[in-house]
This record gives sequence, C-alpha cells and structure tokens, in this order.
Amino acid sequence: MSQLVERRLARGQIGESVRREDAVPKVTGEFAYASDLSASGMLWGDTVRSPHAHARIRSVHVAAALALPGVHAVLLHEDVPGRKTYGLEFPDQPVLASDRARYHGEAVAVVAAEEPEQARRAAAAVAVEYEPLDAIDDPERATEMPPLHPDRPTMGHGFRDDPRPNVVRHIVIRHGDPETRGDVCVEGVYELGSQDQAFLGPESGLAVPDGEGGVDVYVATQWLHVDRDQVAPCLGLAPEQVRIHLGGVGGAFGGREDLSMQIHGAMLALHTGRPVKMVYDREESFVGHVHRHPAKIWLEHRATREGRLVCVRARILIDGGAYASSSAAVISNAASFAAGPYRVDHALIDGTAVYTNNPPCGAMRGFGAVQTCFAAEAQMDRLAAELGIDPVELRLRNALGPGDTLPTGQVLTGSLPTAEVIRRAAAIPVPDPEPLPREPIRLPGGAGNTTRGEGVRRGVGFAVGFKNICFSEGFDDSCAARVILRADGGAEVHCAAAEVGQGVAGVILQVARTELGTDDIVLGSHTTASVGSAGSSSASRMTWMAAGAVRDACRAALAERDRRGGADVDVERVHRHPPTTPLDPETGQVTGERAHVALAVAAMRVVVEVDVDLGLSRVVWIGTVQDVGRAVNPAAVEGQIEGGIAQGLGLALMEEILTHEGRILNASFTDYLIPTALDMPPVAIELIEDPEPDAPYGVKGVGEPPTVVSTAAIAAALRDATGLPLYRVPVRPEHIALR
Amino acid sequence: MRIRLTVNGERRAGDAWGGESLLSFLRERLDLPGSKNACEQGECGSCSVLLDGVLVCSCLVLAAQADGHEVVTVEGLGGADGLHPVQEAFVAAGAVQCGFCTPGLVVATAALLERSPSPTDDEIREALSGNLCRCTGYAKIFDAVRMAAE
Repeated sequence: MSQLVERRLARGQIGESVRREDAVPKVTGEFAYASDLSASGMLWGDTVRSPHAHARIRSVHVAAALALPGVHAVLLHEDVPGRKTYGLEFPDQPVLASDRARYHGEAVAVVAAEEPEQARRAAAAVAVEYEPLDAIDDPERATEMPPLHPDRPTMGHGFRDDPRPNVVRHIVIRHGDPETRGDVCVEGVYELGSQDQAFLGPESGLAVPDGEGGVDVYVATQWLHVDRDQVAPCLGLAPEQVRIHLGGVGGAFGGREDLSMQIHGAMLALHTGRPVKMVYDREESFVGHVHRHPAKIWLEHRATREGRLVCVRARILIDGGAYASSSAAVISNAASFAAGPYRVDHALIDGTAVYTNNPPCGAMRGFGAVQTCFAAEAQMDRLAAELGIDPVELRLRNALGPGDTLPTGQVLTGSLPTAEVIRRAAAIPVPDPEPLPREPIRLPGGAGNTTRGEGVRRGVGFAVGFKNICFSEGFDDSCAARVILRADGGAEVHCAAAEVGQGVAGVILQVARTELGTDDIVLGSHTTASVGSAGSSSASRMTWMAAGAVRDACRAALAERDRRGGADVDVERVHRHPPTTPLDPETGQVTGERAHVALAVAAMRVVVEVDVDLGLSRVVWIGTVQDVGRAVNPAAVEGQIEGGIAQGLGLALMEEILTHEGRILNASFTDYLIPTALDMPPVAIELIEDPEPDAPYGVKGVGEPPTVVSTAAIAAALRDATGLPLYRVPVRPEHIALR
Repeated sequence: MRIRLTVNGERRAGDAWGGESLLSFLRERLDLPGSKNACEQGECGSCSVLLDGVLVCSCLVLAAQADGHEVVTVEGLGGADGLHPVQEAFVAAGAVQCGFCTPGLVVATAALLERSPSPTDDEIREALSGNLCRCTGYAKIFDAVRMAAE
C-alpha cells in the first residue's frame, strides 16, 4: 500500500505532459550543442571536398597547405590508419577518396589548424588534380551504365540476386495472382524530388586524444554505438579505445545516421595529439550528408465496381546516389507500403534502389513510406473518381486492420486502427472559407501576392499513411539500459538513446519515475562508455525501445534490491522487441511470422488555397488523427506531429535538392527553402490510443506517420483546388500557373 | 583588430580579424555560444541578437561594426533573478525540441513584444518568419508568444 502511494506521488509519470529537463538551458543559451564544445589546446578541422560529381583523382599536393600559418596536419586516404572504407550497412564509402570521387562533396582530405579561418584556407590550398568523368545522373539509366562499385558491396546479404550494374537492392513482392483483373483500373506515374533533413544544427563534433592511443569523440549523432563500430576499425583501434559521447544535437531526422566528422576528427586528433573540433557550415552540411531518396513510382490499381481493391501493381525506382547508406532498407519500406493501409489480395511490387553520381541518399523521417504514400494515395483518389465513390468511403471499404494480410503475406496481429483513424479524421470539422478581400499576408504567397485574390481557389484533400515501427526484416533490434539504486533512495539511469530533440530523455525519466515510484532520478550522460547500445533514434523506434529497456532494468533493479535487502544495486538489461524475419528474396513474402514488428497509421484532412493565376499555394488548415499506441507525453506527441507535418508540407510545396549533372545547385537556406512561421497552418490533432500488444505500455513511435501522410494529403488538396493531376512533388508555381 | 563593446550590460573587449562576424566574435572570442550558427546567410535567425536594441542577425554584422555599441544576446535576456518572461513561456508551452533555433526565437520574440505587447496572430507569424525551426512546426512557439504577451 505504501508503495502505491509513493508511486502516485512521483510526478511526471507515463501519460503526463511533462516539461523537458533541457528546456531551461535551451532557452537561456546554456545548453551545449556539439558545435559549442571546446577543449584546451584545441585545433580546428576542415574538409577538402570534391567539386565534381564524378572524377578520377590524379594527384593531391599538400605542401602549400602545410606551409600556411597555423596548419598542423593535412591527411589523405593513405593516412587512414585502419580500414579505408565505412558505411552504415555496407562499408562501401572511402573515409577519404583515393583515386576516384563519386559525388559532389565527397571528402578527399582533412586539415587541422589553430584557427577556423586558417583551417578553411588550408583546405582551399590543398591542390587536388581531378579528371572529370561523365556523371551517372539519370537513375532510370543507371543499370545500363558502367558500375560505380564493381565489387558489388551489397551482394551476399540475402537480397534478390540482380546482376545489373549499379543495383543497391532489387526487391520483388509477389502476392496472390498479380494477373488478376478488376472491373476498373487506374494507372499513374509519380515523382518526388530529393528532400534535405535541414536540421538547424550543422554537423559538428570534438575529438579528444586520450594520450594512450585511444580517442573520445563528442558528436551530434543518432546512434552512438554504431558510430563507434564504424569509427574504431577505420582508426585501427579496438572498440573500447573509441568512446563516443553525445554532444548536444540540433535536430537529426535521419541525417545523422551516417557518419560525418567522426572518423575525420579522430584521425586529426590522433595525428596531432591535440583535441580537434569540426563544424560544418550550411553549404557543407547540404553536400556532406545523405538526403531523402528522390523517387519515380509507376502504379496500377485494379478494383471491383463496388470499390474493393483487387490488385495493386507497382514499380518503384529510388536514387541512392553514390554510396549505399540505408538505401536497402528504404527500398524495402517503399515496396512494403506501396499499396497503402488497404486490403489487397493480389500484388506485384517491384522496387529498385540504384547507385548514381547524384548526392547520396539515406534515412529521412518516414523513409520509403513517404514516397509510396504520396503515389498510392493519389491513386486512391483517382480510383474514387473513376468509380464515383467518395474518397473517404473508398478508403474505409478497403481499410486494413488486425487479422488482415499485407502484400508480404504478413498477417497483422497487433494494433492498426485504420478505419477508426479514417472515420475520425473525416469527422473533424473543416473551417469555413475566409472572405476576400483580406490582409495580403493571408493570401497564397503572402505579402508577395500582387492580386486581390481573384484567382484564389480552395481545395480539400484527404490521405491516409502508415509505416513500420522499429527495425524490420530480421534485424536484431535491441536497447540497453542500466539502473543504479542507491541506499539513500536515489536512482541513476543510463541509456545511450540519442536525444536529438524528440524528447527521449524525458521518456526515459517518465518510465523510471513510473517504475521506481520516485522522482529522485538522475539521467546519466549518453555515451558508449557506461552502457550498452540503445540502437538508433530512428524508425520511430526509440520511445518503444528505451521505454522497454528502462522498464526492464528498473524492475530488475527493484527485485535485486529486495533480494539483497536494500544495499546499492547496479543492473543493466537489454530489451528486444519480438523478432522479425527477412523477406524471401524471390517472392518478397515473409519467411516467418512477420517482417515488421508493428505498424502505425495516420489520416489527415487538409484545406489549401491556390492562386491559380500566380501558381502560389497556401495551406490553410490541417486536421489529423494519429494512432499512437499510448501517448507517453501528450504535449511532446503533439510537437512531433506538428513538426512532422511541417516537413511533409515542405516536400509538398517547396523543398527539393536541385542538381545538374550530379552537382547540388541549392546548398543554402537562401536557395533551399523550408517552411517558415508564415507557411504553417493551424493543426487540429486527435490521438487514438489503441495499445500495441507487444510494446512496453502499449506505445508506438509517433515521429514518422505525420510526415508520411502530410505530403500526400496536401497534394490531394492542391489537386482538388486546381483540377490538375499534379503527379510530382514539390508542386511549384510553374506546375500550376505557367504550364 | 581590437573590438570594444558592451555585451549583456558588461564592457567587453577582444581581438577579431577584419572579416569576422559579430556571431563568430561572440561565440569564439567572448565565450558566449548561446547565439547559434546555422546558415551564415541571415536566413535562419538562429544568431539573432539585439544591437542597440534592434533585432539583427549577428552573422550579417561584422564584429568591427559592433565596436562601441551595445549587444544583448540570449544569455543576457533574463536578469540575475531568473528567466525572461519569453523564456518562461517557451519552457511552459513546450516550444522547445532540439532547441537550436530557440535562442534566436527567444530574442526575436522579446523584440516583438517590446514593440508590440499584444501582437495579433498575423503579426506573430510575420515577426517570426525570419526564424527557421525544423522541429516544432511553430505551433507551440506561437502558443509561447501568446502566453508571454499575456
């Protein structure tokens, strides 16, 4: 009884809207981001990058750079002490390019100097002689071009064998009889541009030699232990000689899954014997990290006259750029979700990720699912129009739920309240149109609109999107947590989960308070030095996995304390979600019970106004309903949904990495626009808490579904306003007004 | 060159090279890293400070231009006795996620409320449209501004 009372008294448990522990230092400027770190005797590093998308490197001359004032080191490919290549899933990327650069921005050399400006000048003084080569810049022709990676680094990993050059992964999902015909058929070809994560805090970190041959790296990242496991072999060090600590992270969104300065900074620190700091500027950030895959998607939907989906056929091509990064997982997701959250008994889905000399692509919020949701939802609207059925009604008739089967043959056993999400989103009242004329700031294009609104048309769109939670396809997905209970009643919790802004540090504390019944809890720093791997802050997995690990460790610690009669205890536990299994490489069908451990679904209604004379668009209002399992921190969940929508809005209306022959043309916030305070509409949010049976406390991840669904929903509203098919995002003014 | 100025009410001095921005000078020479460097082009507002009471992007001002002038950064916004009301509102409204944009937004909001104590929603959006945030979708930031205005 007394324990129950105590537990109720611990404030900030699961389900409460708890304030962030780091909010005060963040509003006062005291919070130390990786770019704010410094150390005594610190040097500044900089990176020499290829200006060519594809080039042979003839020679590199470093003497002029080394002779400049303050310069301590210029390091090249041959100076990499250990393994010369690295990679998140496949080590196909050189730490520093040797004889060939495969993308614009590829690192060729690194320098260290006393002052940042000296480092910049030294980098500019490194003389690299390039022989430009033809860039493979058309993903549709990549499989006919000479191979960028003749050794085929992604072969032998259980993927479908595809002998064509420049294939990262080819996946075919064949379900039922794909030749089945319905009463009606709609076909469409859809395209999405490449999006940038555009986190506000550029890549940065500080590498400090430990004086015994090892190194400590303080860095903004998403997965400390996988960084260590890539960094150590390249330095020729044992894993324990490399300690990765989380520097304050200024947003991530997938863009910090791949390494940035980790190996480079550590090489310079070990070479000079001094701490080395590296901070990218915005241009370097744009060329220095992976992006969301641009995609082209061919879809054919077959249905009965009554509006039952019969067969979906899809071909998906994504451009992975020069190195594999997470392209294999992205194309798998894209294929897996190509039919949308709908029942369909017959499907043929063919997805290919290719290598090109375009900017490398990898993880970004909603990876793979964003691309196919945009295409599949456009198809559902076209099918509804073809059948004369209300688009919401058509979706309801086909809504996927527990007991149904995915095109991969996986039978859904967990929570997936698709129909309820659709019904409730469709029921959120849409605001009345605002009369004209009005303040220009509320016209499409804002104060830049030169009319009185004569050409403004209103449109309403609807979309549904779903995505997997946690890692899939047999990945051994785990998270460790360590709990120390002291005799005085206080507790310490260690978990290496990367706090990237999403609030996982708060989740860890809420779980610990709930389990331990006290609020005298200290959260240890996020580091590889004190606890096992947490896995990545990605794939909407970290809340689930950290909650599970901290819960298990707290319960084990309490049991241990009881057993030992109250002395200090220190326990570590590793949490795993129920195992998944790979897809069959030939049929794309599940080889065990499931390839995805769980799914989450969101639906969205959007009102836009489009000035059809000027081609300018404005999102006026968004209403959304999201299946969240259980909201650990409702206010933080809303923040994830609002922020996720902003990124989906960016992809729908303005965000695209533009390239010419593989070179990025708009590597700045002047030329690559992200949504501002003037672009974001009010958002009405409803949460559905349908607990996930296999998850701790019933939680699901919440970060990705809003991004998955919002691009599709906004595009639908733009089509409604303009009557145009709008097959491609971002939708630019010239797609509407100047065709 | 030697730069002398008043920062957050204190007389400060430091050496800068001719092309050095006020942002770099504050962060690297005066050990005030609260103002953030996210674009160096005046597009994102993360480096917003008050220069003689006027909101500026410190990445677009040379350190030399600030010589002899008065600068207030996010570190100097609250008094010795605690948070500025805008800072309190950002914490209470849940307007902080990764927080990299927060120092700039806090300074920009303080400047807005200084000149317009009860701004309309349109005014808030326009006033903050030069401060990019990638995490929040701005909704909780608007809540914070309205809260601080009350």
